[in-house]
Amino acid sequence: MPAISFQSVSKSYPAPRGPKGSTFLALDGVSLDIEEGEFFGLLGPNGAGKTTMISILAGLSRANSGRVSVLGHDVQRDYAQARRSLGVVPQELVFDPFFTVREALRIQSGYFGIKNNDAWIDELLSNLGLLDKANANMRQLSGGMKRRVLVAQALVHKPPVIVLDEPTAGVDVELRQTLWQFIAKLNKQGHTVLLTTHYLEEAEALCGRIAMLKSGRVVALDHTSELLKAASSNVLRFKVDSELPKVLADKARITGRIVQFPAHDALEIENYLAAVREAGLVAHDVEIRKADLEDVFLDVMTLHKDSKAGTSGVTA
Amino acid sequence: MSGWQTLLYKEVLRFWKVGFQTVGAPVLTAVMYMLIFGHVLQDQVKVYGQVSYTAFLVPGLVMMSILQNAFANSSSSLIQSKIMGSLVFVLLTPLSHWHWFLAYVGSSVVRGLLVGTGVFAVTVFFGQPGFVAPLWILVFAILGAAMLGALGVIAGLWSEKFEQMAAFQNFVIMPMTFLSGVFYSIHSLPPFWQKVSHLNPFFYMIDGFRHGFFGISDVSPWLSLGIVGSAMLIVSAIAVNMLRTGYKIRH
Repeated sequence: MPAISFQSVSKSYPAPRGPKGSTFLALDGVSLDIEEGEFFGLLGPNGAGKTTMISILAGLSRANSGRVSVLGHDVQRDYAQARRSLGVVPQELVFDPFFTVREALRIQSGYFGIKNNDAWIDELLSNLGLLDKANANMRQLSGGMKRRVLVAQALVHKPPVIVLDEPTAGVDVELRQTLWQFIAKLNKQGHTVLLTTHYLEEAEALCGRIAMLKSGRVVALDHTSELLKAASSNVLRFKVDSELPKVLADKARITGRIVQFPAHDALEIENYLAAVREAGLVAHDVEIRKADLEDVFLDVMTLHKDSKAGTSGVTA
Repeated sequence: MSGWQTLLYKEVLRFWKVGFQTVGAPVLTAVMYMLIFGHVLQDQVKVYGQVSYTAFLVPGLVMMSILQNAFANSSSSLIQSKIMGSLVFVLLTPLSHWHWFLAYVGSSVVRGLLVGTGVFAVTVFFGQPGFVAPLWILVFAILGAAMLGALGVIAGLWSEKFEQMAAFQNFVIMPMTFLSGVFYSIHSLPPFWQKVSHLNPFFYMIDGFRHGFFGISDVSPWLSLGIVGSAMLIVSAIAVNMLRTGYKIRH
């Protein structure tokens, strides 16, 4: 039985712009199974539908069609069991200003009918570096600390399936490391983890399998190692002081002075360097590196460039 | 504690932590009303022929405070947590719409009764009403608080901004409580306005509540019970249905 299952799930919202009654198709027939014990990454540009998928999974949104289940429990018909099995760390940095950290965690345990949960709460606080903040009011915490509490709140009921929606957005290196160590430990103990992130190096390091989403559709789904294999094997990277000619720029990924070309073999690399020289430019700090998940991601997104967000919108 | 009891506890703790504002302030407001209206009208108005105006005013002020604070509790909690986003912590739980209803309405009843007791404790020195039928007092206090708690759930779910909530409070709740006979017996009104008052369910809450103190009322307490009970059922059915469908909270 899959830990998380999406079957032909579609979801549309009223369009923020456009004629009255028009809708925006956020998910377009998504089907996806995540097995128990997996560390699964859900990647995609902003507006691709990642958070919509998580919202439907968590019962915060309802799909227009299709079926979603957690460990076999339908998220609509059997919502109580589905939600008991699920721990969700929301993307937004939200908190209840009336309570201390420990109170918030005790209350969250209580919602799930769990009494005397202090031993596990202490373990969570300790693993997330929050022990000295246990009696601080939520309002007094920094953004990073509030993020840690969100993680703890999602885990108070020891859910077998953990969902993290961009948990490291805007947080410092120390928290990222603490968080990933802890989540990896839980994954080793058998918890299934679903992660969305914009930090592709994190996804590459942590996720065994990855789905890429674009305009509400799954455009790539495979083991991380297979995705990496399928990409251009190497990347030529160098710096230039002037602008590249358009014919070269169209093939490159340019970040400020840094230029990167996906390249399959030595000949291709030589050709690029020759073309740069012919354009009268000098390439500095030339290096050739192995393609990473970011390159795969950009390849996949370029391949599906034509499916623009919202174009599949239909009139209700 | 089970899940819904925890939500009830959390909702009580929420207002208790700011008790100065949620319990203290309405008690002070009621004292102000009593000082001003009681002072001005004490010697000029007798109600039901023999009851002094201040004694008549005490149950009215108590009930008005119960109703307004019960409404404020569920409505402000919902709108605040919706706007701040912290409602997600409850949305992610296995609690059913009935659990939500019990917890939000239950905490509204607790706050309503707490404020009502506070108002009674400080206003009773100005004019002592009797305790002719204490059971009626309790029944109408609880029913009134529960109905306004449920109305607060509706308003809290419906409102998207604090302005909408303020409009609901100022243009619906305030007029209905003020025009329900808190400060006067409707028998002192012209016949047309007496009839209009009979269309206001809040009138029956206050009238039935007052019956418990004096044994006298504008209409029979059984009629009041029937009307308040029916209104409570209708409002609750709407609130429960909004929670069941996740009105404006589950998209």
